Amino acid sequence: MSDATGLTVVTGAVSPTRKRLTSILIHVALLSASVLMLYPLLWLLAASFRPENEIFTSASIIPSSWSIDSYIRGWNGLRTGFGTFYLNSFIISGLSVIGNVMACSMAAYAFARLEFKGKNFWFAMMLMTLMLPYQVTLIPQYVLFRQLGWVNTFLPLVVPKFLAADGFFIFLMVQFFRGLPKELDEAAQMDGCSPWRIYWKIILPLSTPVLATAAIFTFIWTWDDFFGPLIYLSEMKSYTVMLGLRTFTDSTGESDFGGLFAMSVLSLVPIFLFFLFFQRMLIEGIATTGMKR
Amino acid sequence: MATNIELRKIVKSYGDVKVVHGIDLTINPGEFTVFVGPSGCGKSTLLRMIAGLEPITGGELLIDGERMNEVPAARRGIAMVFQSYALYPHMNVYQNLAFGLETAKMPKAEIAQRVAKAAAILKIEPLLQRKPKQLSGGQRQRVAIGRAIVREPRIFLFDEPLSNLDAELRVQMRVEIAKLHNDLGNTMIYVTHDQVEAMTMADKIVVLRAGVIEQVGAPLELYNSPRNLFVAGFIGSPKMNFLAATGSGNAVNVAGGTIDVGRPTTGTVTLGVRPEHITLAEGSGVKLADVRVDLVESLGGQTVIYATTADNQPINIVLEGQRDVALGTMVSAHIDPARLHLFNAEGNIV
Repeated sequence: MSDATGLTVVTGAVSPTRKRLTSILIHVALLSASVLMLYPLLWLLAASFRPENEIFTSASIIPSSWSIDSYIRGWNGLRTGFGTFYLNSFIISGLSVIGNVMACSMAAYAFARLEFKGKNFWFAMMLMTLMLPYQVTLIPQYVLFRQLGWVNTFLPLVVPKFLAADGFFIFLMVQFFRGLPKELDEAAQMDGCSPWRIYWKIILPLSTPVLATAAIFTFIWTWDDFFGPLIYLSEMKSYTVMLGLRTFTDSTGESDFGGLFAMSVLSLVPIFLFFLFFQRMLIEGIATTGMKR
Repeated sequence: MATNIELRKIVKSYGDVKVVHGIDLTINPGEFTVFVGPSGCGKSTLLRMIAGLEPITGGELLIDGERMNEVPAARRGIAMVFQSYALYPHMNVYQNLAFGLETAKMPKAEIAQRVAKAAAILKIEPLLQRKPKQLSGGQRQRVAIGRAIVREPRIFLFDEPLSNLDAELRVQMRVEIAKLHNDLGNTMIYVTHDQVEAMTMADKIVVLRAGVIEQVGAPLELYNSPRNLFVAGFIGSPKMNFLAATGSGNAVNVAGGTIDVGRPTTGTVTLGVRPEHITLAEGSGVKLADVRVDLVESLGGQTVIYATTADNQPINIVLEGQRDVALGTMVSAHIDPARLHLFNAEGNIV
């Protein structure tokens, strides 16, 4: 249709009722999908508050009666209290976060900013470690740590993190550091900074988003790691939360599913809190390091 | 305080690629020297070698007679203002200014005193607690200069510091940097590709092309007596007109006519005429050619005419004041022969 000026007028306005209907349909679809995804978590939460005999008899996410017996039994029911497992997990995860963030950022800084012999070769080697499955290096690593006398200690789970052994985070940080303007390093160089001071005073403070990302993922992956602690930790007093959860199920005797579900819920709390805290830093980091010229 | 800089056969190569080809240059104490040239001519590389940010492949750099090739950037007594300002985004203005002094482990009281002095010179006192992202382009530029001033360096280096600013601010900052030079009296080197900046600020201009110095001289020396076609074309705005001509005795045949140039010329030559040296008035100078007016730009204070000669060579004319010239008409271009430049086939001045 053309108006008096000869321009085509588009008359495709959607009626308000139709618009509203579409909006309702979209919301219903999205809510259904959300419920479907959240259901297992909600069921777990509900099961942890149900009396033991009701756990597998109802698919509802609202318990008929509320009880914290599973939490009390789960926390104290094992030979070693769950508090010990939490402490162990916190020590391993906390040290892993510190180690990974420090060591990987230093290695990444060297790859991104410093010039040294064989830089490209070592960078390629680092990338190759990304392609190796964990299981491939597991046995040689175990042999090495056993010879060092580190088996049944936290050292095999923590020390590699201080040696920048995680290629994924190094790569992530290299990419981020490369995005920071090189003139900042040069300005700092003119200001008399050594490479170490440039890293510490300029690069690190501007890299909070990538450091927070590395911290979040390291914490989650270490906290959730079952295989590593299973291989290296044999005494119950050095178990992590994930190993502790396994002891609730017993293929030969009676399993305590109430305790398992209650402690599973509790095991999610630190991850949730850690994520909440660092996610804020991640957003702040992105907001404050605007490198607009 | 002012410092002498000497470059002796300075060479820069990246692998097999040579980008600076043996530069010899002396910069006198207190001089404001501008490196100018098109992109890729090596001007920034030369500046970075002087700063110590780029290793020198060959030759010698002397500052006050002392060899500096191996001396780290921070120990050369040089401060640099970067094109992108390179302000530390996570520090406020005070911290940005103080950072270099803190690195040098200077007492806090002296840092505060120096920062206050620099802030007063640049009139940025109210901005000291702000972060760089809260500043305008001009304010950021001032802070970048302030960061250089607080270190009380022997030499200031500027790497295209105004290229990120809008036209109005650029003019304003240009004046401020020139004033700063007058007040401080330090040796300063300024890199730009903008020949107007070079002409207005420099004591000495170094014109570079492909890693080689084409000419060194005072701005008007380069304007009045360019050594070759490149310098003639690069210095001056609008650009000098170049007309193909043939020399014969003391005259040249150009655009269908003949002009007495007052010096013996033979063979193919290029006649250089600055647009602002051409007039349309009869009787002033000699007739250069009859030209057809293709386009007229009235700028108020000036009128720019884009025209074509009879043998189809483009020629630009800048006339003072407001002129009424109709498109498509033929006008007669006149020139004072003393203001003509003649270049031989190799592009060098005759």
